[in-house]
Amino acid sequence: MCSVPVPRAPLRRVAVTGGTHGNELSGVYLARHWLRDPGELRRPSFSATPVLANPGAAAACRRYVDHDLNRTFTDTLLASRATPNDPYELTRARELDQLLGPKASGSDRAFDFVLDLHNTTANMGTCLLVDGAHNTFALHLSHHLQLQFPEVPCQVLLTWPPQSARKSFSLDSVAKNGMTVELGPQPQGVLRAAVFSRMRALVASALDFMELFNQGAAFPAFEMEVYRNLGGEDFPRTQDGDLAGMVHPQLQDRDYEPLQPGAPIFQKFSGEEVLYEGDSTVYPVFINEAAYYEKHVAFLRTEKLMISVPPLPPLSPAPTQVL
Amino acid sequence: MTSPHITGKPIKKIAIFGGTHGNELTGVFLVKHWLENDAEIQRTGLEVKPFITNPRAVKKCTRYIDCDLNRVCDLENLGKEMSEDLPYEVKRAQEINHLFGPKNSEDSYDIIFDLHNTTSNMGCTLILEDSRNDFLIQMYHYIKTSLAPLPCYVYLIEHPSLKYTTISSVAKYPVGIEVGPQPQGVLRADILDQMRKMIKHALDFIYQFNEGKEFPPCAIEVYKVVEKVDYPRNESGEITAVIHPNLQDQDWKPLHPGDPMFVTLDGKTILLGGDCTVYPVFVNEAAYYEKKEAFAKTTKLTLNAKSIRSSFH
Repeated sequence: MCSVPVPRAPLRRVAVTGGTHGNELSGVYLARHWLRDPGELRRPSFSATPVLANPGAAAACRRYVDHDLNRTFTDTLLASRATPNDPYELTRARELDQLLGPKASGSDRAFDFVLDLHNTTANMGTCLLVDGAHNTFALHLSHHLQLQFPEVPCQVLLTWPPQSARKSFSLDSVAKNGMTVELGPQPQGVLRAAVFSRMRALVASALDFMELFNQGAAFPAFEMEVYRNLGGEDFPRTQDGDLAGMVHPQLQDRDYEPLQPGAPIFQKFSGEEVLYEGDSTVYPVFINEAAYYEKHVAFLRTEKLMISVPPLPPLSPAPTQVL
Repeated sequence: MTSPHITGKPIKKIAIFGGTHGNELTGVFLVKHWLENDAEIQRTGLEVKPFITNPRAVKKCTRYIDCDLNRVCDLENLGKEMSEDLPYEVKRAQEINHLFGPKNSEDSYDIIFDLHNTTSNMGCTLILEDSRNDFLIQMYHYIKTSLAPLPCYVYLIEHPSLKYTTISSVAKYPVGIEVGPQPQGVLRADILDQMRKMIKHALDFIYQFNEGKEFPPCAIEVYKVVEKVDYPRNESGEITAVIHPNLQDQDWKPLHPGDPMFVTLDGKTILLGGDCTVYPVFVNEAAYYEKKEAFAKTTKLTLNAKSIRSSFH
């Protein structure tokens, strides 16, 4: 969980990371572009640092070289001692932890905020992944993005189930605060102009929000509809662990739409249907994400709920010095 | 007076290849399913063999291990001396040539269907390598007619320099089947259903041909490759512009001189030059970034086939 849900000081050290997965090209190309020309990341009170998170994977246009970088930022892995045979991404995670962290709690050296850019093959439009309902700042930032782009829906996904015993493992957990922008659908290894432009505009707007905050703006409380992750549902599989069926045509591309118990979710190669056996309506997301086949997730179940987000208090002005 | 017609020997041996590119999943899973249960691909009098061509790439869910299997079936690669140092796919091509060929010999399989997916919005596509192959033109005509109103396009890759040697060219009649859009590493039920129908109609055609049905002269519209267009790149070879939103997903639709083609990462539009309308295909195919192909320009033309009938009747 992020350590600073409500910043008490202006955000000075902000990073925008692309290419955490080397074949999710919006972020790869944005990061490369900003590394050559960071001008559009500058604001009056701060400049965001662009980072190409997984250069080895980006060069090969693969998700990862040895191990999923976005699962490598656990306290255990980051604290482990380096050895010559370490997976590429473990070495890289330690480097990013040094650059943007350290993640270890209580550290004041860490960056203030990391915005991590991703694409998905799922029909998720614009999705903002926030670690939980406690993350006031990230939720205000998300709300700002929703208001700035009223013509294109922008959904908020809380990645942590309530009372989760799981510790965070993603890159956006390495600094004091962070969140992920996920745009889809876009195939791996493909750069779609409209998705690229949208990602760029969202980042610009996110930095604008941080600038407003730094300048002392106050943001009132609001209600927000969010989707909260309840866990993944695997494909039907054979005894050898091979796929035995596909996402059902009635579920394909229907991210965020209600899925009732008894509705079809998979179609086996023989034609037989598999029905959803949960006991309440859920809202699936990440339906048919290519990278999740190996993680045994055909879709994530979520619950839709309204949350109340408290006001984001303005930064108190620095006390005047008495000379 | 009857029109001239072709009599051909009945078709006996057919193969259906999946996994030539290990991350194009429709062919992988159709072939795996048919290896377990081949009822739907069997026809009386025909031997139909489903086969995974690149198992190592399939296992890793990657396009290839060392090199593209669908580009190394030329006689030079097939003739290289077998050695451990050969790229995996060249060794594999040689094994496939041994099992289903030899290429250009009497013993080779009659037809190979090679199943592919594309990230491009190409719908159901049939690849044709030879504009004068009456049998295949008739087959493609039958498939297109049977699929209608679902569109099915024919991409003619016959060209002095742009043609590539496909794995299916080991057979006497090579048939490339391409269905998109589907991301690499993803299996969509609707795409699988379309590819399944294409195979069903192809096998029905072959069965009817073998039974002695005469197929009268026919004509099909095809799109013939004329040029492959790369992305604009800088001196370091990095892409500096992407497919313009007006061209994205518009495979097979006319692109006129002056129409937007690319947009630079800085937002400038690059227009199609020249003075010919073209029909783009393989627009924004993921696997073609490294082959330096943003899209292929084609021209539309009509191919005619004489009537055909199997020689045993």
